[in-house]
This record gives sequence, C-alpha cells and structure tokens, in this order.
Amino acid sequence: MEALSKVLHIDLSRKKFWVEDRSNLFQEWLGGVGVGVKLLQEEINGKVDPLGPENVIIFCVGPFNAAYPMGSKVVALFKSPLTGNLGESYAGGRAGTALRLAGYGAMVIRGRSNYPMYIAVHGGKVYFRDARGLWGMSSSITVGRVIAEREPMAGQRTIMRIGLAGEKLVPYACVVTETCRHFGRLGLGAVFGSKNLKAVVVSGNMALPVKDKQAYREVYDRIFSLAVTSGLMRKYHELGTPMNVNPLNKLGGLPTRNLTSGRFEHAEEMSGEALASKYLGRRLACSSCLVACIHLAALREEYPHEPYFYKTSFINYDYEPIYALGTMLGVETGRGVLQLIKVVEDYGLDAMSLGVTLAWATEAQEKGLIDLGDLKLRWGDVDSYIKAVRLIVEGSGVYSDLAKGVKHCATKYGGEEFALHYGGLEMPGYHTGPMAHLGFLTGARHSHLDSAGYSLDQKLKELPSPGEGVEKLTGEEARRTVLNSLVVCLFSRGIYTFQLISEALKPLGINRTVEDLEKLGKEIYRERWRVKLKLGFRIEDLRIPERVYETPAGPWGNIDKEYMKAAVGKFREKIESLI
Amino acid sequence: MPLRISVVDSDLCVGCFSCVLACTRRLGLVGYGKSAIRVRSLGAIERGHIVVVCRACLDPPCAASCPEDALKPREGGGVIFNPDMCIGCGYCVGACPFGAVNWDDDLNKPIFCIYCGYCAKYCPYGVIKLEEVR
Repeated sequence: MEALSKVLHIDLSRKKFWVEDRSNLFQEWLGGVGVGVKLLQEEINGKVDPLGPENVIIFCVGPFNAAYPMGSKVVALFKSPLTGNLGESYAGGRAGTALRLAGYGAMVIRGRSNYPMYIAVHGGKVYFRDARGLWGMSSSITVGRVIAEREPMAGQRTIMRIGLAGEKLVPYACVVTETCRHFGRLGLGAVFGSKNLKAVVVSGNMALPVKDKQAYREVYDRIFSLAVTSGLMRKYHELGTPMNVNPLNKLGGLPTRNLTSGRFEHAEEMSGEALASKYLGRRLACSSCLVACIHLAALREEYPHEPYFYKTSFINYDYEPIYALGTMLGVETGRGVLQLIKVVEDYGLDAMSLGVTLAWATEAQEKGLIDLGDLKLRWGDVDSYIKAVRLIVEGSGVYSDLAKGVKHCATKYGGEEFALHYGGLEMPGYHTGPMAHLGFLTGARHSHLDSAGYSLDQKLKELPSPGEGVEKLTGEEARRTVLNSLVVCLFSRGIYTFQLISEALKPLGINRTVEDLEKLGKEIYRERWRVKLKLGFRIEDLRIPERVYETPAGPWGNIDKEYMKAAVGKFREKIESLI
Repeated sequence: MPLRISVVDSDLCVGCFSCVLACTRRLGLVGYGKSAIRVRSLGAIERGHIVVVCRACLDPPCAASCPEDALKPREGGGVIFNPDMCIGCGYCVGACPFGAVNWDDDLNKPIFCIYCGYCAKYCPYGVIKLEEVR
C-alpha cells in the first residue's frame, strides 16, 4: 500500500483506530483538499451538528508534502460551527511533513471521548492519552510544552492543540500548532473541544520511495534554486506578511475602526518595517519550507510588582492579526497589538473573527445597541479589549453572544449594516476594491486566500465586466485547489506553475499534464461547491455589509452596488450551470 | 585532512529541515528516515533550534562502544561504518554524547554521517558547513 493512499481513522467514542487503503481516491483527486472534499462528502450532511459527535475532522496531505520545497501545509476539513457550512482551514508548522512521514495521506477523527484526552500517533499506532489534567489550563502555549515533554520524536512531530476558547466551544476558536501556526479560521478549535479532544500529536520519520530517484533530485534542485534565487519569496522572508501594512494603508485599503476608514494614521507603528526594527527576535520556517516567513517579536515587559524583573515573550505577528487586533480596533502602537496577539494565542482564538467582532461591539456600544456592563470599549484601549477577550471566553450574558461571532450579534442586536462578515465568516483585512469583496463573497470559505481579489484590485487597470470579474476570481480559486491538493503553501504560487507541478509529479510516479491539472482544479472546485450546497448554503443569502459600500475602497473609490449585484447574479448562474 | 559537518551558528537555524530532508534525498528517498543529521527545537519552537550531527571526534566513543568491527575510527577524526559487520545492538547510540547517532527503523541499524556535505549545500542560512576537522 502506497503511504499516501492510507487513511487513518480514529474513533474517539470507541477509542479505536483503523487504516483504509484509498488508492483510487488519491489517484483521482491527488491529495489535500481534493481528497479531503471527497472524504467530507462521504462523512457528513446538512443535518450534522458541527459540535456533535457525528461531525468529523479530516486532515489531508498531498504528494508534495516533505517531497518538495514549500510542501509544508496540511488541510483540515470539517463542518464549521461558526458558519454551519464548509469548514476548511490550513496550517503549516510541522503538521504537513509529520502526517506525510507518518505514512498517511489523511486522518479522519470522529466521535466524542467521554473525558478529555489527547491522541498521539506514533509508528503506525494511535495512543489515547488522558488529558483531564490539561483541560482548563490557561494557555495553549503551556499545553504544548507539557505535551512536548511527555511525547517522543522531537523535531519530527506536530502538536496541534486548543486553548480555553476551544474547550468552551467558542465557534471561532482555532487550533494552534507548534506555538505559532494555526488552523485559524472557521472554528476547528471548537470542533476539537466538542469532541473532548485537547490535542493531536503526530510524528513522522519515514523515508518514502519515489519512482525516479535521479529525476526527483533534479526537479527538487530546480525548485530549491527558484525559491532561493528568484526573488519570488523574498518579501515573505524579509519582513513577512506585515510588509503589506504600509502599502495597503497608502492605497486606502487597510480596514480601520470597523471599516469606517481605509487608512489608519498609526499604521506605520505596526508596519512590517517598524515591528522588525523594534521587536523582531527570531524567524522560523515550517518543515520542508526554506522561506522562514514566520516572524516572532521579542516583547520585553517589566513585572509591575518587582523592579528589574522582566518577562520576554516571543509573539508571532502576521498581517492578519495586525489588521484585526490593530487597525480595526484603532490600537495605536505595535506593542499594543503584540499584547493583544499574546492573549489571543493563549486562549486559542481566530484573531480575525475576534477582532472584527470586537470592532463591531465597539461601534454597537457607541451607538447604544448593546450593554456591555461596566466595560467601556474605546478605540485603541488595549486593556479594555484584553478584558473583553477574557469575558468572551468565559462567555456569560452579552459576552456569550460576542463569542458567537458578528453575524449572530447583528441578528440579535441590530447593526447589520456594519457587521463585517461574509457567509458568517468575519471579513479579512483587505478593502482594496470590488474584487476583494467579490472574492470574499464567492470564495468557498469566504477567505481572502480563496481567490485573492485583493491582488486583482491592485493589478487591474480598469474594472472588468461583472461576468469577467467572476471568471477571473473563480478561475484563480480553481487553480488554487490544485496547489491545496499538493499541499504547498500558497505563498509559493508564483513558483508552482502547472507546468512545474506536472514535471515535479512525474518522478513521484504521478502523470498529470497541464491540461489534466486544469481539469482537476475545476472538478475540485465543483465538488467543493457540491458540499457547500449539500450543507445548506444558499447563494441568494449572500450579502454585502452596507459599510463596505460607504467607505471608499483603495484606488477604486466607493464600490458600485449595482456592479456587485450583477456580479453575484453571474456567479449564481455559474454555480448553477456547474452543478 | 578529513572533512566533517560543522554547526557554525545554530541561532541562524529557522527549522526548515532542508538539511535533514537532503540527507535522506541523497539516497533518492523522501523524508527523514535515513538522515544522519537532525534538527529539533529547544523545547519550544520559539526558543530556537539545535542541529545535531556527527562532529567527527578524534577518539570516537561510538567506535569504542562497538562490540563488533562495524565502526572504525577514521584517520584524523570521525568513524567509518561497515553495516555488514553491524548486529544492531545500539551501543553506539548511547555512547555518543551528542545523540548524533540516529536509527534506521527499516534496517534496524544505526545511521552514520559519511561527511559528504550534501546537507550543507541545502542550508539557505549558513547554519552548517562542510569543513576540515579541527
């Protein structure tokens, strides 16, 4: 049985595991999201409670994991407790290589344990470990360290875990892996929590065969050299994703104070340049990726009770948390943003959903729509936001509503016009023009990474017709499903052309022409929409918050409502014709 | 003079595992399973990494621990491993103070660095290099 064909099934209810050979599935759908979507189709339907034992967590890797540079990611598929629809989330760290080198193509976790546990996958066996003592710990970081001490195979393993937010079933809780990478969006952390699953450890130390050894080394060298010398990865490597802060601000595409503006007067303070010069303490890479885009700030804080006692925390910063916990909340200093990120990491929350919800709450409180008790949320007031995060995770009264995300809050309290979500998922940090928002709207997981409309907004000279716009976005989304089946990091999309992918698959024994790959992308795109519709998604329910129209978007100015309406119509026709 | 892999500065290491993957790829395989060089974090990834590889001892304790004739000291430092003589007892693993002797689960025998420098070619950050034993 070829390693990638093996699907490891784990049943938490019965504390059982078994392996299935799914060669046909991997031959047809390659791996990653391609295979994951098919497995999800088999496992769940519209009736499944996202937080019930019948929901499944599917992790998938693909042929490029561990095999080629930037082949570092793993995809998780599940039913999202936040949107009630498709849950699809990616993380790097060591997860992609560990699962691949453990000798599996996918891992499916089902059921619910009757008490808190974590599972450890080592050498073909699954160990069900008692996590009652770990349950309720205040920091996901500490949980990771405790497990790291106890489990073998340092360096070859991943430790995916949840914080308190996941235990408390906050539907935008994330799963943290290797301290600073995340299955961030759509609430995988709450699904873990609902299964009484504190963590998943997987170690992988295999040496897997290829079809043509010499050709494999040659192609590897070409890709390695492209990654090192082409300059395509440089921006990620030097400043990391926060290199976007200054250009987006200049463009007027940086959502600020709940998108009342596209420019933030303190953006410079939290730019990639400023954070690097003041705080950058270490850079890290995911396993099997040489880029080292992970930037850690060394935040030195004095203890209030004792002079000359300092705590230095390493805090991972990226563009998205800077947007959600910085500019959206009007936080004026890099230090303030880092402090908020630290709290969010400890609890294990999706920084983006949380930040957008807090921004809504700040405005809703200003407008008298909600009563937050004694707590007054003020733009830029880091302490009040930290208090709010604690109350959200503890989850009583109005805070239990904030814990359900911005769509829920606006439905209950009003303020829909400034509730920034798409399909129930809080908006990503790009207000660059119509393509960005059309991408959030039409993307299968309503993520900026589905189709990168923000990039189109910055490249296009003139507005395409609504139909052309939809074609561009859905075409890019289909292309990306192939990258997400390999599973390579999307930062390497400039390197991995279909031509190169085709050549790199060959020595691994997989023959796919460029045309085959294009066809595969379209098919995965279609199958994923089948899942969305099966889970009850209705295109006619798609909405764009009024605020998006009110605030001029980047270089495009105010977005035209009629244009967006026409584009959604075209999109609906497209999906209907596909399915 | 004989060569070895030296760890220039482990603080430069970002944990990309390019060197570890290179060592197994040298044999035309994907992964870590045959690698003589290993990387791991210092208890948590944000604390940085260490690189563990044979330092080519002048008087190698691994060779001294071998009950067979599988490990011979190399002139000028390091060892030469003859797998045909190895019974897989694992004494060498325990004898190395660096933990630099890895294990091949498929063959049930240790893995020894051959000082070829293939791993160092793939280190993008200058953490390791091939140099003469000093």
